[in-house]
Amino acid sequence: MNKCWNIFKKEFRAYFVSPIAYIVIAIFLLVTGWFFFTTFFLYNQADMRNFFTLLPLVFAFIVPAITMRLFSEELNTGSYEILLTMPVTFTSVVIGKFMAAVGFIISMLVPTISYPIFISFVGKLDWGPVIAGYIGAIMLGAAFSAVGIFSSSITRNQIIAFITGTAICFALTLVERIMFFVPSSLVTVIEYLGANVHFQNVAKGVIDSRDILYFVSVSFIALYGANLVIQRKN
Amino acid sequence: MINAEGLTKFYGTQCAVDNISLNIERGEIVGLLGPNGAGKTTTLRMLTGFLMPSSGSIRIKDIDIDENPLKVKGLIGYLSEAAPLYNEMLAFDYLRFVAEIRGIEKGRIDSRLKHVADLCGINEAMHKPIGTLSKGYKQRVGLAHAMIDDPEILILDEPTSGLDPNQIVEIRDIIREIGKEKTVILSTHILTEAEATCDRIIIINRGKIVADEGIDTLKGRMGKEFLINISLKNALFDNVREVLSSISGVTGVTLGGVDQDLLKVSIHCGSDRDLREEIYKEIKKQTWILMEFYHEAQTLEKVFRDLTREN
Repeated sequence: MNKCWNIFKKEFRAYFVSPIAYIVIAIFLLVTGWFFFTTFFLYNQADMRNFFTLLPLVFAFIVPAITMRLFSEELNTGSYEILLTMPVTFTSVVIGKFMAAVGFIISMLVPTISYPIFISFVGKLDWGPVIAGYIGAIMLGAAFSAVGIFSSSITRNQIIAFITGTAICFALTLVERIMFFVPSSLVTVIEYLGANVHFQNVAKGVIDSRDILYFVSVSFIALYGANLVIQRKN
Repeated sequence: MINAEGLTKFYGTQCAVDNISLNIERGEIVGLLGPNGAGKTTTLRMLTGFLMPSSGSIRIKDIDIDENPLKVKGLIGYLSEAAPLYNEMLAFDYLRFVAEIRGIEKGRIDSRLKHVADLCGINEAMHKPIGTLSKGYKQRVGLAHAMIDDPEILILDEPTSGLDPNQIVEIRDIIREIGKEKTVILSTHILTEAEATCDRIIIINRGKIVADEGIDTLKGRMGKEFLINISLKNALFDNVREVLSSISGVTGVTLGGVDQDLLKVSIHCGSDRDLREEIYKEIKKQTWILMEFYHEAQTLEKVFRDLTREN
């Protein structure tokens, strides 16, 4: 556990040493801010629903961009040889990197707290769904990070890692849209697979154990997969 | 200290290391030699626990690497071939990270960092990003990484590659110094380096050990054959060959080259006896003018070439 913390510190710092972090955060704020506030005054409602509706799609792009370097870069430069000859387990490496990605997503979400604060000045804001929305956002970000880490572990090419990660996250977000074509017996299964459904449940303010279980299991499966891939490499 | 039994590694169907067994004692400095692609790096990577052998077992300090990889990794300091490091990190941050991961107590980290920085001469590089350092400095940072927690075993894959001659001498001195109490395995393809630093040399070719002996035995092996090179004026090669071949112990006379009227001849001596005197006496009987006469002991390179030559 101690070693996870060391890996976390290193990776988290690495984000902010390179300019990538600031670029990603700026783009994230620009995209979400623009789409949110262009419609905010039209709806004339003091809530964050629009922001959270949009979030899964934005995350499907942004999160794989955050996680793409975590393993691909190490595989490419060969530095994972150094990492794996130090007394750390594969699991601590994977978990440390995962924590760093989640930490980064949290620090990316922090500036958006200014939105609800600002909204609370102009109207009567119900803080419950907002807080639930942020909890959901962190869980969604964690699940997508895990997927991104998995796709980063399978290739030494960051671009491939990014595209694979985005494809999986997109599929998870949009899978509910194909419900129309799906035989009715499969509807509940497909519905359960969709990240968006679970996230919107949480963002409404209903924190249900089923939704939490969904995010936890997606994270777990993806991280376990990454762990196996890294182990397989030697 | 290090026991490896029947190590074999396949990459797909290609066999990189073929049934290698090693037994290395505490305090030995062992040089692993071999041509490119002989399996040096693969062997070292298996010893560090980075690669799993396809078959065979490794025990380090009587701990099986499969059973307790973390403990074994903690005993070994490893400098990998290309010293790949985290380019965006400062050397200081990097070494600190390594020190923390390797479990040095908080209070001792600074003094250890100071110590290895002094030892490897990287004080002025500590606060620069690793990516901006020259190859030589990166190599030193890698060496500092390997030595940070004073491990009992050091495994160094081509420790002097990319260094200038002065640095090579420095690094060799460091290795010799460490080797007094630690076990060191280093791979190299520079023979003089192995000769200068190692107590024992293991030569690998095509994944197999072709020689495993102390440096003195290996040198002894070299002594048996030697060459005498002479340069003559006023002589014809056919004549020279006829005259010199008649001396007992000479196994061959070859033409080294003709430079204007200067004839260069190599005389191969196969016996343990020193033939220089006899050769000189024979030459003196002739009308040839002797311009050069020197004795060339067979070098480690020759032994190496003989052992690793492709059939």
